[in-house]
Amino acid sequence: MSDHLFVGKSIPRTIETDKVTGRAVYIDDFKRPGMLYGKILYSDYAHARIKRIDTGKAEKLPGVRAVLTGKDIPDVRVGFLKDQTVLKKDVVRQFRDEVAAVAAISLEIAQEAIDLIEVEYEELPAVFDPVEAMKEGAPLVHEVDARGKPVRTNILPLPWKFQAGDIEQGLKESAFTVKDNVSTTWVNQCCMGTSGCIAEFDMNKNLTLYNQTNVIFGDKGRISEYFSQIGLKGKKIRVINPIVGGSFGTKLDTDIYEFICIQLALNTGRPVKILFDREEEFRALPPRQPARFTIEQGCDSEGRLTFRKIEAILDNGAYTSWGATTPSVMMMPVSSLYRVPNIYYQATCVYTNNIYCQAMRGYGNPQASFAVETSMDTLAEKAGIDPAEFRMINRNRPGDLTPMRLKITSCGLEECIESVKESIGWGEKKGKKNGRGVGMASLIHVAGGARVTLSDGHGIMVKVDENGFVDVIESGTDQGQGSPTVISQIVAESLGFRPEDVSVIFGDTALSLWDAGTHASRHTFMAGNAAIRACEKAKKQILEMAADYMPQLIKSGFKKMMKKNPEFVEPELDYSLISDPANLDIRDRMVFLKRDPSHPHFNMEVSQILRRGLHVGTGESRVVAAEAFYDPPTETLDRELKGNLSMTYAFGTTGVEVEVDRETGEVKILKLVAAHDVGKAMNPTLLLGQVYGAVYTGVGYGLTEEIKLEKGRVMNPNFLDYKMLTAMDVIPIEPVIVEPGDEDGPYGAKGVGEPGLVPTAPAIANAIYDAIGVRIRDLPITPEKVLEAIKNSK
Amino acid sequence: MKKVSVSFTLNGDPVTAEVPVTWTLLKTLRETFEFTGAKEGCGVGECGACTVIVNGNAVNSCIFPIAEIEGKSVVTVEGIADKDGNLHPLQQAFLENNGVQCGFCTSGMIMSAKALLDNNPNPTEDEIRTSIAGNLCRCTGYVQIVEAIKMAAKK
Repeated sequence: MSDHLFVGKSIPRTIETDKVTGRAVYIDDFKRPGMLYGKILYSDYAHARIKRIDTGKAEKLPGVRAVLTGKDIPDVRVGFLKDQTVLKKDVVRQFRDEVAAVAAISLEIAQEAIDLIEVEYEELPAVFDPVEAMKEGAPLVHEVDARGKPVRTNILPLPWKFQAGDIEQGLKESAFTVKDNVSTTWVNQCCMGTSGCIAEFDMNKNLTLYNQTNVIFGDKGRISEYFSQIGLKGKKIRVINPIVGGSFGTKLDTDIYEFICIQLALNTGRPVKILFDREEEFRALPPRQPARFTIEQGCDSEGRLTFRKIEAILDNGAYTSWGATTPSVMMMPVSSLYRVPNIYYQATCVYTNNIYCQAMRGYGNPQASFAVETSMDTLAEKAGIDPAEFRMINRNRPGDLTPMRLKITSCGLEECIESVKESIGWGEKKGKKNGRGVGMASLIHVAGGARVTLSDGHGIMVKVDENGFVDVIESGTDQGQGSPTVISQIVAESLGFRPEDVSVIFGDTALSLWDAGTHASRHTFMAGNAAIRACEKAKKQILEMAADYMPQLIKSGFKKMMKKNPEFVEPELDYSLISDPANLDIRDRMVFLKRDPSHPHFNMEVSQILRRGLHVGTGESRVVAAEAFYDPPTETLDRELKGNLSMTYAFGTTGVEVEVDRETGEVKILKLVAAHDVGKAMNPTLLLGQVYGAVYTGVGYGLTEEIKLEKGRVMNPNFLDYKMLTAMDVIPIEPVIVEPGDEDGPYGAKGVGEPGLVPTAPAIANAIYDAIGVRIRDLPITPEKVLEAIKNSK
Repeated sequence: MKKVSVSFTLNGDPVTAEVPVTWTLLKTLRETFEFTGAKEGCGVGECGACTVIVNGNAVNSCIFPIAEIEGKSVVTVEGIADKDGNLHPLQQAFLENNGVQCGFCTSGMIMSAKALLDNNPNPTEDEIRTSIAGNLCRCTGYVQIVEAIKMAAKK
């Protein structure tokens, strides 16, 4: 039993009253004096040459302040592989290509101006299937690379290839093998707040960008690089987060609309806001990366995995954002979910004229785990082993070093599998094939940072004022995950204050230290560790102050008492005890003597000491302020793509019971057990919110969600046709929180933001198989696919 | 542009607005009165982020023509705390029960729930879910929102 006062407790997020009273200011609500509204004109074709753009009518429209095309701004390449320009002037390669942009005094006028721009295209042959795109003679999406060199293939110069052990040897040792084709599709992140930003230059051309990015320093870095190429080298950039209306991966990269907004602001000398409408959010925001896998696995007669071979093809779309790096995260479950000695993995990203992709909650993990975990079931069946038992045999264990060189420290996978079995009623429900069935799937995910850039650090500053209030200047982004509460709990605990004493400021590059971003389920782990270290320093300063002032404050207290009560006798005390800061500590706002916490006199409200000691005059003045930059001793992946990129890893298992209607193909989830090894729950109620939300998105991924593309065009850009789950989709979720504690986590915590999503879809697919004996390996598992599979199985 | 003048009650106050006839109630609330609690999540009545209460009923203000508000009573999320600034039980319950994450859907969720509880103080879970069926949320999976509404109903 820990004696923590605040961490581990379900402290309510009462700090966030602005969000329930309508006062929280999102980008939608944010205005700057003289602000203009920007709109973007997108391509009419998936692949075409631009022959002519006529902006004459738009420019003449009263209220229009700027009309920009690719000819009006510097011809600078941006993006992960520098494979696109901000506005496209010669060729468009996808429907979302930005062809022109307008800034006007109102949104309506901006839209009217957009409608007045005439563009003449010459359609070019296009390719929409990555396999087709890999073939010789396929239309080339790009004719030259970033350096202007001719390109001969649509395959990206990003070879993801990983090998460990010896596949041939693994094959020889196998008693059973399986080979399956598995595929996943595009899904939209569906942030309820749409994308947008406000760009504003001062008279010296320094930029303030109010932006929803969850990587404020990455965003600043990319804009800085852009500035150096458009003649703004040396100009200052400040990125500030408004309240962020959901993120889920969309805020990882600097999107093209941000560069456009900057160009419009630069051109007009006025602040400019661009805010997507919902249709744009569906059409012009990079969704989750679709992937096709061929997976082979084997096991010996005892059920021990012998090898795993996976080849993946990813439809990159027309340009490259973070989607093209999802194979690096796929590698984690591929190489390290369960013990597998021999691994071969290759992922090929291919340009097509489809929408380009980026990150979404879980990164590439949900895709790859769908392949691995459905294959685990087929292999278990072939080997004649119960799928739960099969997973138990091969489970990861504390102390493992995986083929990817991930160092598994804490690992509660065994307990997760066991709890799922018990809670879902595995023994009595499995294998009935009576329309009801159970299935499970597990996960591994980074949970202690993810070293994908040189530093994986997080900086934090803590200062304490004379009233005993603590300001924490965080370098991360609050995108709704509950960090204002969780970080205040950690600060209160480690500094010896109370959560309500703590205010946390997020998302401002000018105020805060550096951070690698609020992604990869890393924030609580990183910011928590940084906070503990900063609080250690700040506490030392307070205790030094206490040692200096406590004796005299106590003595003057006695004097006052004597004045009030002449009979009061001042006690004989050994003040040397409290004159040494090493003897003191703070807890729940009280400074006390460590060796005798209930000492009747050596106890004092910390604010009393702060009032006496802070900025009190020449020579004596001091402040309590400390900073810490926590950059864990992890590794970037080496040439073989091996390395311990996270301090610790999350594990979990989802169990699902479904009922499948053979007539309609409808799948009903009767129960879903989500067991997660979270290290230690910092705030159980808030943590459950992460699990529930991720599970729902995972069920959507498994059953309903799909961006329908027809020859590159998004056909369902609205919530009527894109089926996100609603409150009417009742999923009885039973969360199980497994807390082995993690030695490197803040108070034992590990990351939990993404994991809930990862194993959900494969667990459903496995349960459907158990219910009706047909296996669907293509997401989402719609009623049509279920009926089709039933038909084919007959 | 043709304008329309409308008078209505907004969070208990009599107000008048003269706005383009094409404006919606949402746009008027946000632009004219600077009540930005109601959000535009889709603009076509599919997500519920713009929900406000008109004459006791929850409506999608993003598709509510402004001319039709004449003489009616509008309550927004800004108008439900009491006069002393104490949060409405729903607001309190959403905070206490983690019914809020990013918060973008929250104003609409609370107003849909309020319309329900005003008419039906002891709803079943099914009635609660039906009342927010038109309010989409990506963060919470609705679980703690439903729990928050139950909690508020008990108060």
